[in-house]
Amino acid sequence: MNTSPQNSKASAPPASVPAPVPAPARLAGGAQQKLLAFASLIVLLVGFSLASPNFFQVSNIMAILQATSVNGVLAVAATAVILTGGIDLSIGTLMTFCAVIAGVALTWAGLPLPLGVLAAIGAGALAGLASGTFVARMKIPPFIATLGMMLVLKGLSLIITGARPIYFNDTPGYTDISQGSLIGMVLPGLPVPNGVLVLFLVAGGMAFVLSRTVLGRYTYALGSNEEAVRLSGVNTNAWKMAVYALAGAICGIAGILISSRLNSAQPALGLGYELDAIAAVVIGGTSLSGGRGTVLGTLIGALIMSVLTNGLRILSVAPEWQTVVTGAIIILAVYADQLRRQRG
Amino acid sequence: MRDLVCMERIEKRFPGVHALKGVGFDLRAGEVHALMGENGAGKSTLMKILSGVYQPDSGRILVEGREVVLPSPKAAQDRGIGIIHQELALMKDLTVAQNIFIGREPRLSFGRIDEARQNREAAELFASLNIDIDPRRPVEGLSIARQQMVEIAKALSARSKVLIMDEPTAALTDSEIAELFTMIGKLKSEGVGIVYISHKMDEIRRISDRVTVMRDGEYVGTVEAADTPIARIIEMMVGRKLGDETVDVPDLRDAETALEVVGLTRGREIRDVGFSLKKGEILGFAGLMGAGRTEVARAIFGADPREGGEIFVHGRKVDVRSPADAVKAGIGYLSEDRKHFGLALGMDVSDNIALASLSSYANRVGQLDEGAMRRTARDFIARLGIRTPSDRQEVRLLSGGNQQKVVIAKWLLRDCDILIFDEPTRGIDIGAKSEIYRLLADLAAEGKAIIVISSELPEILRVSHRIAVMCEGRLTGVLPGGAGTTQEQIMQLATDRSGLGQATRQEEPA
Repeated sequence: MNTSPQNSKASAPPASVPAPVPAPARLAGGAQQKLLAFASLIVLLVGFSLASPNFFQVSNIMAILQATSVNGVLAVAATAVILTGGIDLSIGTLMTFCAVIAGVALTWAGLPLPLGVLAAIGAGALAGLASGTFVARMKIPPFIATLGMMLVLKGLSLIITGARPIYFNDTPGYTDISQGSLIGMVLPGLPVPNGVLVLFLVAGGMAFVLSRTVLGRYTYALGSNEEAVRLSGVNTNAWKMAVYALAGAICGIAGILISSRLNSAQPALGLGYELDAIAAVVIGGTSLSGGRGTVLGTLIGALIMSVLTNGLRILSVAPEWQTVVTGAIIILAVYADQLRRQRG
Repeated sequence: MRDLVCMERIEKRFPGVHALKGVGFDLRAGEVHALMGENGAGKSTLMKILSGVYQPDSGRILVEGREVVLPSPKAAQDRGIGIIHQELALMKDLTVAQNIFIGREPRLSFGRIDEARQNREAAELFASLNIDIDPRRPVEGLSIARQQMVEIAKALSARSKVLIMDEPTAALTDSEIAELFTMIGKLKSEGVGIVYISHKMDEIRRISDRVTVMRDGEYVGTVEAADTPIARIIEMMVGRKLGDETVDVPDLRDAETALEVVGLTRGREIRDVGFSLKKGEILGFAGLMGAGRTEVARAIFGADPREGGEIFVHGRKVDVRSPADAVKAGIGYLSEDRKHFGLALGMDVSDNIALASLSSYANRVGQLDEGAMRRTARDFIARLGIRTPSDRQEVRLLSGGNQQKVVIAKWLLRDCDILIFDEPTRGIDIGAKSEIYRLLADLAAEGKAIIVISSELPEILRVSHRIAVMCEGRLTGVLPGGAGTTQEQIMQLATDRSGLGQATRQEEPA
């Protein structure tokens, strides 16, 4: 049968085909990727447990959690910014900068502990607000704006300290912020370090903000379609700046955690942490183009990274290879995401 | 004449849209075959299938009598099918010759590119087409018309026997159009088959041999261009006799003025535009593509800056500098491009409806009352008849008509008194269109003041209580709505270039 329009007079349209097929019901995209990440985490845990009897011990699990805390907190900060469709490369050096500010406040100025903590978090929020201003108001691409901030903050940390660490020897209890265990005091069998507790509190708080508040809903909406949000009469610049500021404040918390663990603010530290954090976010299924992802995914992503590092170390794999494996995991995770999206 | 290309029973679906419903199309050597239809009729989709950009869900494509599969633009090019996209696709930092030979560069040893030969061959090509462009200059800085010439040269250098042009004259001046048509005539005489997509009736008459009309993803018919009156083609495009249904114009003499715009100005795009809009009134904005209607709407809404002009809402002057200001003043704008400017596609129906009103669902710490949001969403789903499995469905999975209703719900929830609809039925199925029209009438009856911008004259006549017509940034006249006004009257004002520089006329409603 030939239905092509050969005749020169208007002909009837060819018979159209039956009713549309309904869109298949399927899991929301983010949930699928999270499931995949969670399954990978379980596989890793089971695999390492079978490979070495030393792996699945309470002490080792606590070590893994403790090792996750700083990267995890930074990754939570990165998640919020990435969900808006942006990126923050300054979170690593900002963490260090905040640690230095804590050192200045506590060791040099001799302020009480809570004020030092507040100073660090406040400095983080201000630096985040600066990044947010560059991105939202001055329309500098996030990659460039935060690359600049990364270098500025690194330089400032070195200038303030004269490139020497600031120790917290005069602040009793500073190391307990990350190393102590409030939970262990109540439940002696469960010596969860405070650093891990902080990670879960930060992650829980961020999960609440993202899923239950106006700020969170706009965070997703900005990443999904910023222009549509602006044309809905929303002050998109202000909300975006708020997200960067919130992320900055969380970097302040990370700064407290890491300086507490080292009992010092190490001004040369920090570079590279941002990439680990972004890696955790990506492994956790958050889309780098924004609008899609969850804190839970990021937490799983961060755990996958530290389980890998810890497990490979127990199996006596050289640290160089651990880096190779982590890199391969990132590529695999994003490839799996691509495959899923093409099918969808 | 033999068929160069024959497409049979082509089917294509996108999420939520049945874009092509068993469409056929054929092209002979040495002819210009115009493809016409309203926006969203499926012309571009069909041609993207022919040029390998999209894959059909089913159907056959024959090139010179042999069935082919075109999995990529490259494959189509290898079969001699070239397309010149509406959005020109040149790399502006490369030279003209580099653009023409991209992907097919003549090589020297060790993979070096033979730039000299490339430039020579490009120059020969331009000479044969009687075009004067230096192949060695970068594309950046060439006029749109010249860039188009480069695109055409690129397609020809790949030995294209089929050339698809998607609205090639949209951005050209009259003399550039004449130049383009001379070139098309030359290509025709060399046996190239040309598919010509355009909205401009006069062009179609000037250059095309046959005309195929599509509507809502369906093939309507093919006619000879020479002996078919334009009215017949329009009728095929809109699928209804003009003036099938008419609008009831309410008596608004005593109605309060909701919006008044005075002296709105921005460069050449908006020239001293002023009008007023009453409560309960639907004011249609007619005009050709690029007349400045969308620009006026966006300037009133604060989406783009304005250089001069004042805006009064309910008699009070408002200073609108951003969409946030406009929304506060009670003005809502529904963009012609829902996907880019109206919806967060990956988010669900409930979130999209609440997008402009989120803070009213938040308590003091910013926590959202999700339950209330979803109840509101379900209310609107019922009230506007939005067809969706649930309020949790992602809007990208809805059809065009239902997406539009979600955007409407967003503004109704925000309680805007003044609503500006820019091409409200673009890309919407014919059945859903009349629903949208009914909705517009209902909203006006409730006392909303409404502006409808549309490029489809039947639509303007179908919904408007008064009709404002623009041409080249000016408001050239305001006509009464209802059965007394004809398309010809509107077209006359839409092409009225006489008043350049004059003050804008303003008529009182009938």
